[in-house]
Amino acid sequence: MSAMLRNGWEQLMAQRWLMPVLIAVGFVLAFAIPEYNLFNKYVQLVMMYVGINIILTVSLNLVNGYMGEFSLAHAGFMAVGAYTAALLTQKVLPIAAYPGLFPLAVLAGGLVAALLGLIVAIPSFKVRGDYLAIITLAFLMIVKSVIENIDFIGGPRGIPGIKKLTTLPWVFFWVVVSVWVVRNFVYSHYGRGVLAIREDEIASDLMSVNTRRVKFLAFMVSSFFAGIAGGLFAHLLQFISPRVFDIIKTTDVLIMVYLGGIASIGGSILGATLYTVLLELLRPSTVAAMLAWLPAVVFDPLNEYFIRHLGVWRMVIMPLALVLVMLYWPRGIMGLREFRWFIPKRDLDAHHRPTTPGGSHGTAHDH
Amino acid sequence: MSEVVVYWLQQALNALQLGSIYALIALGYTLVYGILTMINFAHGDVFMVGAFFCFLAATYLGLPFVPTLLLTMLGAALLGVMIERLAYKPLRQAPRVSAIITALGVGIFLENFTLALAPYPKHIPPLLENVTWDLGGVSLSSLQVIIIFLSLGLMFLLDYIVHRTPVGMAMRAISWDKTFVPLMGIPVDLIISVTFAIGAGLAGAAGTMYGLAYPVIDPYMGIMVGWKAFISAVVGGIGNIRGAMIGAFILGGVEIMVTAFFPSTYRDFVAFTLLMILIVVRPYGILGKPRTQKV
Repeated sequence: MSAMLRNGWEQLMAQRWLMPVLIAVGFVLAFAIPEYNLFNKYVQLVMMYVGINIILTVSLNLVNGYMGEFSLAHAGFMAVGAYTAALLTQKVLPIAAYPGLFPLAVLAGGLVAALLGLIVAIPSFKVRGDYLAIITLAFLMIVKSVIENIDFIGGPRGIPGIKKLTTLPWVFFWVVVSVWVVRNFVYSHYGRGVLAIREDEIASDLMSVNTRRVKFLAFMVSSFFAGIAGGLFAHLLQFISPRVFDIIKTTDVLIMVYLGGIASIGGSILGATLYTVLLELLRPSTVAAMLAWLPAVVFDPLNEYFIRHLGVWRMVIMPLALVLVMLYWPRGIMGLREFRWFIPKRDLDAHHRPTTPGGSHGTAHDH
Repeated sequence: MSEVVVYWLQQALNALQLGSIYALIALGYTLVYGILTMINFAHGDVFMVGAFFCFLAATYLGLPFVPTLLLTMLGAALLGVMIERLAYKPLRQAPRVSAIITALGVGIFLENFTLALAPYPKHIPPLLENVTWDLGGVSLSSLQVIIIFLSLGLMFLLDYIVHRTPVGMAMRAISWDKTFVPLMGIPVDLIISVTFAIGAGLAGAAGTMYGLAYPVIDPYMGIMVGWKAFISAVVGGIGNIRGAMIGAFILGGVEIMVTAFFPSTYRDFVAFTLLMILIVVRPYGILGKPRTQKV
């Protein structure tokens, strides 16, 4: 029986038409869910956060996973995107009259973030590893500090009262775009260069990889989507301040990347989804709602001594879980493996010749 | 003395105080990096827990300064060894980033665990009677003197341990080569634990002194101070003990000078911009040696 199931699963995973169908279904759902309130508002909100986190994670994975650098600047790019988009919708674009201009604002946020990505890419020609990590950290702190010191954009107080323009279809659209772009980039000519840089930069230079151009591109693509995510985030949270985008935000994204596994798009999607959903599930109200069916004799003491305190303790449980995951799966859930749907057919064929199990891009049959 | 000189002396004194606290923490980063080439991102939070140990010892045990300091250092050292044994040791053969992410996880755990137990900022009682002397316009407090000299003393002690004792020799040997050192009869695991104990102990001492200088402590205080100390270690050349001290005093000096001449909100901006420039110009730090890369 299990063999049959397994076989069926394999068959299903091998169907390459499934991906476009899933995307189409996803779009229909993204429009249908808010329209007909298929889920309550809270679940819809969590879904949008999951989407934004997927964009952040997939884009950071490009630099930290595929290219093997350790960038801490992601929250900085996100901040730039968020502020650009928010300022555009608040002060420049006539959003009230034309709500359709919102995607332009988000796009502008992404482009400005990509421009700044160039600035971070330049030191990476000279500096690698831990020292590049410091430069990206310094960049994050500088962005935060600059925002804090410009009074025009609210300074440390931030921008309150941003219009809620982020909707589920937009989030889904950008998730698809980010995954699509990163996936195509990684399996392109340049993507090979990115992987080569991770393995050995000098050797790849010798093998005629244009490491500068590859790094420029990788940093730009990565920061572009961080900016997009920032724009979406700002118009979902409706309030941004420099404190929202501090090192803790970067740490969150890092955790999602490494939890899911480096150099894996599927892993990033899984990591972002798991982390976001688990954090939400551990909220006292959610747990209480899920266990409400228990008889009062059991529920009341449980609520008194356990559930009510989860608000604080869930932030203790999550890092503990992360450490445990790292101890038992040092490469993360999907480390260096990939869902078969994301792998181009030519690569699949190359790896599925009999007897050769494939190199670093072995496929994950069990997932 | 002219007013300008007094002003500069005063600022230099403040810089020395801030720099010595950064230095004590930076040493922990650099020691661990030197021996394991691993960035122990939980170190700033060990410093924070140290400050809380100090609070516990001073408030609930009612201990005076010296026992509090020693107890805090011991507690922090134990915490450091525990973290190393439970979280880092199993990952020694794993990819380097797994260890870094684990360290980040341990740090967040420490922050939120402390937050869960102590939801409100705590106030450390004054352990020492603070006398302020007036030296021709420059005001010097006994607290500053103690912080600066105690830190310098601990730094020289560490320098002595690393460069003049068998344990230090073993540490340097491990950072040089991990394959053959065990064959020489050096207990690698023990030495690594000792390194963590020393680094965490220094962070505990830094926590105590920070708590004396700035008595309100909260579970998130370790993040920024920890990153600054880490930057000091990098500026000096990570893995290099004397470099970490120099880097810490430079960073302390820069921060104090920036606050002296610009609005204090520019402090991080200038400090980090300088850091960025320094790393691009001199990627291996002030005292670090450029690593030759084999192809």
